[in-house]
Amino acid sequence: MSRRPYLREVKRSWWLGQRRYLFYMIRELTSLFVALYCVLLVVGLVRLAQGPAAWDGFVAAFSSPLGVLFQVLCLIFATFHSVTWFAVTPKAMPLMVKGEAVPPRAIVAAHYAFWAALSLLVLIVVGV
Amino acid sequence: MAKSNKPLLWLPFAAGGLAAAFLLPVLILITGLLVPLGLMHLPYARMFAFADNPLGKLILFGAVALPTWHAAHRLRVTAHDLGLGGGLAVRLICYGVAWLMIIVSAAALLVV
Amino acid sequence: MSETIALEVLRYNPETDQEPRFQRYTVPYRDEWVVLDALTHIKDQLDATLSFRWSCHMAVCGSCGVMINGEPKLGCHAFLRDYRNGVVRIEPLDHFPVERDLVIVMDDFMAKLSSVQPYLLVDAAKPLSEGEYLQTPAELQRFKQYTQCINCMLCYAACPQYALNEGFVGPAALALAHRYNLDSRDAGKDRRAEMVASNEGIWECSFVGACSQVCPKAVDPAAAIQQTKISASLDWFKAFLLPGGRK
Repeated sequence: MSRRPYLREVKRSWWLGQRRYLFYMIRELTSLFVALYCVLLVVGLVRLAQGPAAWDGFVAAFSSPLGVLFQVLCLIFATFHSVTWFAVTPKAMPLMVKGEAVPPRAIVAAHYAFWAALSLLVLIVVGV
Repeated sequence: MAKSNKPLLWLPFAAGGLAAAFLLPVLILITGLLVPLGLMHLPYARMFAFADNPLGKLILFGAVALPTWHAAHRLRVTAHDLGLGGGLAVRLICYGVAWLMIIVSAAALLVV
Repeated sequence: MSETIALEVLRYNPETDQEPRFQRYTVPYRDEWVVLDALTHIKDQLDATLSFRWSCHMAVCGSCGVMINGEPKLGCHAFLRDYRNGVVRIEPLDHFPVERDLVIVMDDFMAKLSSVQPYLLVDAAKPLSEGEYLQTPAELQRFKQYTQCINCMLCYAACPQYALNEGFVGPAALALAHRYNLDSRDAGKDRRAEMVASNEGIWECSFVGACSQVCPKAVDPAAAIQQTKISASLDWFKAFLLPGGRK
């Protein structure tokens, strides 16, 4: 009786094989747009340090049609990141209050509430 | 098998994920839609005033550096998932660019 | 008028085959049958050479894990009526070497399971005269879900990081370690950390979450691993900022 275990190869396209893997890959690729927007922010900080003329040029650049298109894309992926991040937070940080587990929905809802409040605060601070 | 030093890069990664999740959408809304559409304005004077004090610098630095680190680490892991290898080249590119962005941000904020 | 359903089963005989091949069988369709019943019918009535693991037929022993149309499932937990449209493709669990037909080599899993020291580790043995360990219902509730693992390996079949990284300890082993780390009677978190908090432990996980999705017992290994990442990170920084102290 001879044994000859067979090793099945893992395809490079493994993530296309199941819907859940594709979802994972899209979720991870949100970080590409996070990174690209951060580049925009870094450029912004540099322009800020370079003075009013440079700053105005920066604002004009990101307000251009191409700039808006790029940022709309970033917004879609950044929002997807937020939604997926909040959804898994209860798994990473389960809360027990008085011996009872806090329902995950409550934890997620608290995140959305804080997100809304913080966003409103930023809008007010910048808008005023 | 020995205890890994991954926590050193993982805790900032997790903090960055949180920062990105809470802050980026509203920031992109402002710079990507509200300002271009003229519904909001970001005059130099006000930006300068915000960045001129230590707290403002810290907030701006956190808002940029943390998501940057988060994205760098996540892209490094994703590169490995996609079969692009987890070797030195991928790590140098991902973390190298991240460090560059972080240092440039800090330098810019110190100059402001 | 008896209905039938077709199964495409991956066959592999190490003594005669160079590589696996599919074999088609037509079995009776019964509303109440599960895939394991179909496989048993094949073995009993059609082809006695078909090899597969099974035991309890009620989703508690963890023996009958297979890939059904690309999804890791327990054969006893997958009803034929959910697969009536089209052929049912049955393969051995992904990411494990194939021993023969639907039987996989599980040595790696067994080794990794025991490597996390899945038993109570205490600082000093408690003498019988001191009585039993007392544990409140609330203390039990903290880790109870992680005790439900039946070692069926569906999570390993689902996990891409286990597929891509040979050394990865894997979801079930890490969930089991978490079960003991959370147990109020245990004091072994630091000792388990050698394995659990190593590069091949929790840090290989990228939170795909497939493991928790396929788990038939709702153990949620993904949650266990993320919680361990946080606690291991905090332990690391505590040791870094306040070096020394009890190991």
